[in-house]
Amino acid sequence: MTTLTMLKTEAPPPGATYDDLPRLMSLMTGDEKHSAAATSTLDVLWVLYDRVLRVDPTTADDPSRDRFYLSKGHGPMAYYATLVAKGFFPEDWLADWASYESPLGHHPDRVLVPGVEISSGSLGHGFPLALGTALGLRAQGVASRVVVLVGDAELDEGSNHEAVEVAGSLGLDNLTVVIVDNASSTHNRPGVIAGRFGHEGWVTRVVDGRDHDALEAALTEPHDGRPLVVVAEVEAK
Amino acid sequence: MRLEHPLPTDPRARFARTAAALVEEDLSVALVYAEISGQYFGDVEARHPDRVVNVGIREQLLVNVGAGLALSGMRPIVHTFGSFLVERAFEQVKLGFNHQDVGGVLVGSGGSFDVASGGRTHQAPGDVTLVDTLPGWTVHVPGHADEVESALRQAVAGDGRDYLRVVSQQNATAFPVRPGHFQVVRRGAGATVVAVGPMLDPVLEAVAGLDVTVLYANVVRPFDGRTLRAVLASPEVVLVEPYLAGTSSRLVSDVLSDVPHRLLALGVRSEELRRYGSPRQHIAAHGLDAAGIRASVGRFLVGREGGLAS
Repeated sequence: MTTLTMLKTEAPPPGATYDDLPRLMSLMTGDEKHSAAATSTLDVLWVLYDRVLRVDPTTADDPSRDRFYLSKGHGPMAYYATLVAKGFFPEDWLADWASYESPLGHHPDRVLVPGVEISSGSLGHGFPLALGTALGLRAQGVASRVVVLVGDAELDEGSNHEAVEVAGSLGLDNLTVVIVDNASSTHNRPGVIAGRFGHEGWVTRVVDGRDHDALEAALTEPHDGRPLVVVAEVEAK
Repeated sequence: MRLEHPLPTDPRARFARTAAALVEEDLSVALVYAEISGQYFGDVEARHPDRVVNVGIREQLLVNVGAGLALSGMRPIVHTFGSFLVERAFEQVKLGFNHQDVGGVLVGSGGSFDVASGGRTHQAPGDVTLVDTLPGWTVHVPGHADEVESALRQAVAGDGRDYLRVVSQQNATAFPVRPGHFQVVRRGAGATVVAVGPMLDPVLEAVAGLDVTVLYANVVRPFDGRTLRAVLASPEVVLVEPYLAGTSSRLVSDVLSDVPHRLLALGVRSEELRRYGSPRQHIAAHGLDAAGIRASVGRFLVGREGGLAS
């Protein structure tokens, strides 16, 4: 298997905060067609890495770390900016992103980027992968959680529905799905997502995807015995 | 694990028995399946529900759950019919395993015509060709139940990407499983016949009386071009593969790129047969029984040294 060959990451920018993210994102140009997709995930990503996930650059290879899988791999600017702010890789990687020499592409690659847990871009893969990892961690007695971010339109892919049913049936309470809902799905009516998951036995929470305290609460309040879905509603695309 | 019963002689039953034993022996092994072969897994699933998971009729999920288990540090065995494992869920194989850069053991049963009476939906003669589009897979084509067990144990003990093609047809005798090595079964002064997996017995019957070399391949990727070159008496090669004809032709061409040579590639024909019946009838229909192979080899070698008289 290939291993990461990147240089050791540098220390995080001192005191990087949420307010640094717009500047970091502005360093990445050339993928404007996905800017709506990039900004829709910004607050969820920040809350996850700032308040929820037990992972940082020093524990990025620790088997007991929490895992975050970005299934919706397009528009990764907010993701890269958050990883830079949290010190996973240096800020100066951002400017020439998607160039031949850069490890940062328009879809992230786990083999190339420190802190990136899955390579994504083709929709409908991250959630099933997360389910497998949640099973693996449970089987090994590792008490960490797997959080996977899926777009509301990504739920069009049928592979996700295979995972909704099985995770609910197996009661995988170490698995959390965050649906960033910017109402971009064709053929889906607004407001049906939580009901679908609830029907399959999930704990469901619907929150304002821009409200950091509400996101934190939805992602951290206890929920035993069942998987959790947090539908983070943001402005329509 | 105490073995209460004799080892199964059916290759698929032997796979299932070995997979269950590996789950018992090794805490890092997980078995994921999608209903198919569930008749074999009840006991081990009851004993290890965390590591033996039936995902139901959900093959996209099946393959990515295997990859997700690998991401968590486990060694997954992923199983269903080859048609649903490699063909239906091909992008999951490509992205879940190759692109994530994790290892796993995929075991496809049914092959090209085990389910002859089921028709095209349950037949996957293109599985090895599809796997061939992805780098780094070890492809096992065991020709005997003992080879199935050996291949699975070796694959699970490693950390790479392995595809096992488990089918009902098998040879009378098992050979060692050594990835990267073909077995020299007999030597002759004429052409070299490469018999893959269960094609060995019909090949040996077909070439009786011909002065040819026979190599046996129960692991076709990596392709042992070194042995092929080493034994080549005349620059004539016959491939006999139990999946799409010509699947390994490019590898023979690569190995012999500096040698003017002739190649006959036998295997399953790509046209849909649209017949039911038995595996035996399908094997014959594709010219892969001893009579069919003999006829094809005879035409290829007419007038050649070691061949039939013209």
